[in-house]
Amino acid sequence: MKRSTFLQDHLLGIEHLSVNDIELILETAESFVEISTRDIKKVPALKGKTVVNLFFEDSTRTRSSFEIAAKRLSADLINFNAPSSSLTKGESLKDTVLTLEAMNPHIIVLRHPSSGAAKYLTTFARSSIVNAGDGFHEHPTQALLDALTIKQKFKTLRGLKISIVGDILHSRVARSNILLHQKLGNKISLIGPPSLVPVEFEEMGTKIYYDIREGIKGSDIVMMLRVQKERGARNYFPSIREYRKFFEINRDIFSYAKNSAILMHPGPLNRDVEIETSLADSDKSVILQQVTNGIAVRMAVLYLLKGEIDEDVD
Amino acid sequence: MRMLIKNGFVIDPFSEINGKVDILIEKGKIKRISNGIKKDKDTDVINAEGLVVSPGFIDMHVHLREPGYENKETIDSGSLAAAHGGFTSIACMPNTSPVNDNRSVTEYIIARSREVGLVNIYPIAAISKNLEGVDLTEMADIVEGGAVGFSDDGMCVMSADLIRKALEYSKMCRVPIIEHPEDHSISGDGQVNESFISYKYGLKAILNASEEVIVARDIILQERIKSQLHLTHISTAGSVDLIRNAKKKKTKVTADATPHHLLLNEELITSFNTVYKVKPPLRTEKDRKALIKGLQDGTIDCIASDHAPHTRDEKDKEFESAPFGIVGMESSFSVIYDKLVKSKIIDLKRLIELFSSNPAKILHLKDRGMLKIGFPADITILNLNHPFTIDPDQFYSKANNCPFKGWKGQGVIEYTIVDGNVVYRREK
Repeated sequence: MKRSTFLQDHLLGIEHLSVNDIELILETAESFVEISTRDIKKVPALKGKTVVNLFFEDSTRTRSSFEIAAKRLSADLINFNAPSSSLTKGESLKDTVLTLEAMNPHIIVLRHPSSGAAKYLTTFARSSIVNAGDGFHEHPTQALLDALTIKQKFKTLRGLKISIVGDILHSRVARSNILLHQKLGNKISLIGPPSLVPVEFEEMGTKIYYDIREGIKGSDIVMMLRVQKERGARNYFPSIREYRKFFEINRDIFSYAKNSAILMHPGPLNRDVEIETSLADSDKSVILQQVTNGIAVRMAVLYLLKGEIDEDVD
Repeated sequence: MRMLIKNGFVIDPFSEINGKVDILIEKGKIKRISNGIKKDKDTDVINAEGLVVSPGFIDMHVHLREPGYENKETIDSGSLAAAHGGFTSIACMPNTSPVNDNRSVTEYIIARSREVGLVNIYPIAAISKNLEGVDLTEMADIVEGGAVGFSDDGMCVMSADLIRKALEYSKMCRVPIIEHPEDHSISGDGQVNESFISYKYGLKAILNASEEVIVARDIILQERIKSQLHLTHISTAGSVDLIRNAKKKKTKVTADATPHHLLLNEELITSFNTVYKVKPPLRTEKDRKALIKGLQDGTIDCIASDHAPHTRDEKDKEFESAPFGIVGMESSFSVIYDKLVKSKIIDLKRLIELFSSNPAKILHLKDRGMLKIGFPADITILNLNHPFTIDPDQFYSKANNCPFKGWKGQGVIEYTIVDGNVVYRREK
């Protein structure tokens, strides 16, 4: 295992990763995929290490995914769920983290509503910080698990066309995926209403479409984003009804993508809002495979940050 | 007791002095300005050989936080910071607690400033009661109490009707309405400039237009009302254009810009360092260059720091939770001189005008901001060759949220003299 080439102390975002880093994480993840299929799903790679899940936003899937990943590597994991209200009243984020660090954890996995929060922790914390989503900024493990899923399907991560559909403006998943596929040289199209897909994203090497059929034409991957219903209330779009009419993906629209195309979604789904339910459940969809791959990718990240170099993971 | 400033190179754009002359001060006032003034035994001498003697600097936009937020700054610490920065007069904004929206708070601030006795402090009172943007304050009474202007500062007046009334009513007080141009319905809970960078880093954004629509609105009202309008800390190329055009049409409007908007751009926020979090936000390089152009061609009338102290704990936070604001009084002159005058973007005479006579004119501080016989001896003496390194931990301000930390260059304040008293002298 090429453990020694991963030189990062933290995983803050895709922005800070080289293509080599990305490939190393995915190769490491591939070697962990098998563990989850065993009867006894546990290796001792992080035995004696402590991982803290520090979540300031509600999240079941990401938190559980990190928890299972840590436990399958034999790490000790504690969940620290801070309600977002503690941001304004009571203890500061810094004091919370300093308190947790006094208990000597090795890794802190942070989910926080403020963009840059994970980076901020690195200005004073001693632990390795893993960004599990900061504001609208980045969600690197999501983009990595998406990449692993794509790699399994297409046997390559290059020469692909990816369409991301929906609320790009408020999506950290979109940003991390854009950064990752830009580094790999893939074509990226962004699709959604102009209020949710600012033209400035073109400066990140993407193409913007307001027509979903036109945008996904010839795509290998169609990645749908969850529509936050409350955005409608702030006039980013007039109504869910109108959003569904123009941006929901169904079998007919999906046929504009390549025959071999796959449908992705970071979850949780809004069935029959951004994604037609029969398409979501069809063989085009890799949504549940994404969830499964989340475990392997997060195991790889935790292992590369704090695993012993000579550890035998087989 | 008399004081003689000898052999200095005196520059006063307003009195059109530009050469080596001596200045004699008696009883706090300027007694003589001429060559070869002799000292007698009762005269203290400042040997200003190799130094530049300027009218005392004026910062027309600072936050002293007292009363109410003494953990951030006090009139004592703010006065010391002003003196350290070469400022002999400062004008402080009304967003204190209680708000300076009545004569008693105005008088309290003036009384406290006299008790401290370092620099002249001129309160700017609120346009609307409690900065709520609904009802006008008792402007004429407050001006009698000593206020020199009105502003709701960060709570920019959203009602066009109220700003119209404020401009009209304040005409009888002969003071400026000072607008922090920001349409809150557009800027919302934005954190940084809206651009490629805000989108890439997922930070909530503040569109240029949120400033420009208010600049445009106020200029249109002012064209008709012909009161006195001052637009503070303008930050966008669009604002510069609007003000330039208004001035061409002889509309009575003035504007200031801050050292941070003149010298820094939005790229710094990619570090998520909250020291760069400020309103208006640091803008694009294109906006910054437009501000510089405005400074050169007279569209921008003065430089003000918008000195906005916050405690270390308040700023040591994740980006979205930290307050907006930068402290500037103690770095303002050095960074502007080093970056704009030494590199010949503006000349020294223009810098002095931006820092002294222009703000004095805008605030009608009738005997400040110039060197004239009989006027109070408010004088700032500059050493243009001495090196500096900005170290916010050495500031007299209680706060250290200064983005120029570590900047090196040349040009420091040697003496700050207020009413003939030396209130700051650089340690040798």
